Amino acid sequence: MNMQLLVQLLVNGVIVGALYGVVAMSFVLIYKASQVVNFAQGEFLLIGAWVCWWLLTKYQIPFFAGMAITLVFMLVFGVALQIIVLRPLIGEPIISVIMVTIGLSTIFQGAMKWIFGLNAQPFPPIFKTQSVNILGLQIQTAYLMSVAVSLAMMAGMAWFFKASKYGLAMRATAFNQQIAQSLGISVKNIFAMAWAISAVVSAVAGVVVGVVNSVSPALSTYGIKVFPAVILGGLDSIVGAVLGGLIIGLLENIAHYVDSEFLHWGNLYEIAPFYVLIIILMIKPYGLFGTRNIERV
Amino acid sequence: MAASSLIPAGDFRSTYGADTTIFPTATSRNMAILGILILVAVPTAFSWLGVSPYWLTLLIQIGYYGIAALGLNILVGFTGQISIGHAAFFGFGAFASAYVSSKLGVPVFFAIPLAGVMTAAVGLVFGLPAARLKGLYLAIATLAAQYILLDFFSRAEWFTGGTVPALAEPFSLFGYTVRSDQQYFYVVLAYLVVCFLLATNLMRSRDGRALVAVRDHYLSAEIMGINLTKYRTLSFGLAAFFAGIGGALYAHNQGVVSNEGFGIDRSILFLAMIIIGGLGSIMGTLMGTAFMVLLPEAMEWLTALLRDTPIDQALALRPNIAFLREIAIGLVIVLFLIFEPDGLAHRWRQIKAYWKLYPFSH
Repeated sequence: MNMQLLVQLLVNGVIVGALYGVVAMSFVLIYKASQVVNFAQGEFLLIGAWVCWWLLTKYQIPFFAGMAITLVFMLVFGVALQIIVLRPLIGEPIISVIMVTIGLSTIFQGAMKWIFGLNAQPFPPIFKTQSVNILGLQIQTAYLMSVAVSLAMMAGMAWFFKASKYGLAMRATAFNQQIAQSLGISVKNIFAMAWAISAVVSAVAGVVVGVVNSVSPALSTYGIKVFPAVILGGLDSIVGAVLGGLIIGLLENIAHYVDSEFLHWGNLYEIAPFYVLIIILMIKPYGLFGTRNIERV
Repeated sequence: MAASSLIPAGDFRSTYGADTTIFPTATSRNMAILGILILVAVPTAFSWLGVSPYWLTLLIQIGYYGIAALGLNILVGFTGQISIGHAAFFGFGAFASAYVSSKLGVPVFFAIPLAGVMTAAVGLVFGLPAARLKGLYLAIATLAAQYILLDFFSRAEWFTGGTVPALAEPFSLFGYTVRSDQQYFYVVLAYLVVCFLLATNLMRSRDGRALVAVRDHYLSAEIMGINLTKYRTLSFGLAAFFAGIGGALYAHNQGVVSNEGFGIDRSILFLAMIIIGGLGSIMGTLMGTAFMVLLPEAMEWLTALLRDTPIDQALALRPNIAFLREIAIGLVIVLFLIFEPDGLAHRWRQIKAYWKLYPFSH
């Protein structure tokens, strides 16, 4: 048993899992509000990270200013996407909507590769100290920041839904669109807002990943990894998404540990979440916290 | 989708048989036969006219992708399920045929349908969640299938050769081996005609109507005595079968099957084909496939046209042609879904209807 490696991988799992949780949360946000399964979630991370990287390296803007501009950009981007592409599709069959998001993800991936290239680009260093010592473990500052940002975003989302007026309106829309409309909630605005928030939160996650590792087209895999997480947690549960993300992140790293120590199959950690996904779909399709759809005729 | 072709005045159908006929008029049948005859003449005509052999390979591509896309259209267009892992099944068919023909020594003529059956079995396994799931959840299950199968390809060295590409024997029949593209074109054409006839006839049968009923209103379908689980799983099997046939034809055309080209981007390409052609339209599938195969060529031509112009220099079009293609595929999907959701098949029907009544089309 290699304890050092195990602890390292568990810490890694929590960090990556928290990020999966954040992305899954923003995925579920869109699904809950507008019943759209967004296959372009990973590209939100990609776009956010590249835009921030570009501002920081090209114009030498300080990190927080660059971040703020990125977030404003993503806000506008999310709203524009909803209005231009997804609003005409309201009421269309679910296949069309899924396909549009798949098409969007292809466009964004191609466009990002076209503009920024295929190579991974590191962010300029942001922290003065590279690592801090916590309980005898050397942890990089970037990792700490990653967990802190993830937790902050989760707390922010919880506050938004529990206490704010718009969060309440969004929950009402998710519950029943017609009733929400009759109570004076503009469902259109809620949809646009859901996409905007989702884009912003994903972009933050994207920048965090960029700071921890580097920005590259591989970032969009987060959008795929989000599916095991949300299916595990339940497609329409925010809490479930966060927990699912954490579990998938831990699972990946535990699979990596088992693989490297005992099995030596190679690349097990990449594929393990998908086996879990199939198993959950077989035995408990509505996940840990999802609402069970009961059909009455 | 019922073929809403224009029926001449006075043609009343009085039997169910007449209503489900493939060719409503003699002209439409003759046109179809003529179309096939023209295709038969294509390789000879190409060599006479001195057309680059590259165009023949494009036609072969349309053939095998068309068969695979047909399977996807049965699943998505006719049964209303969605699959994001079709390319993995296509790849499985390719590897299966290569394995069966070169390692087990089965003649290629039998290896291709056998690969279809093997792929169908794999498709049924991944369709099993269909017993409990629908719509979205199934889509996500197929996404998992895509990654699991790709992982399997890279792991199973006995089956795929791992990092070394698997060898596929050339097609042979009665001791006569097909070596050139000119000859292989006929093999693909034969398979294409057989597969399209199979699919068309399937849609006229009870099972085909059951699939459409599941798509249109699954609750009503269930009440009418259609076993939902059976038909959902069956449509997965059918989709995988055609994907397997297409993949096998691909394998024997290429001669080697490597691990690349069966990823999710290829799956998206298949989805784009059926959306552009028209969901639930058998002939539309072929149109969509032709569109998607020729799209990169059109892009190539367009960028060649813009070479060394200021636009090209400013945007660096030439070196980034691969990404431009990616963007074009996505853009085509989105634009078709927003502006022409019924696809090219619908547009084609409108053109036909216009000329049928010309000059009194209103």
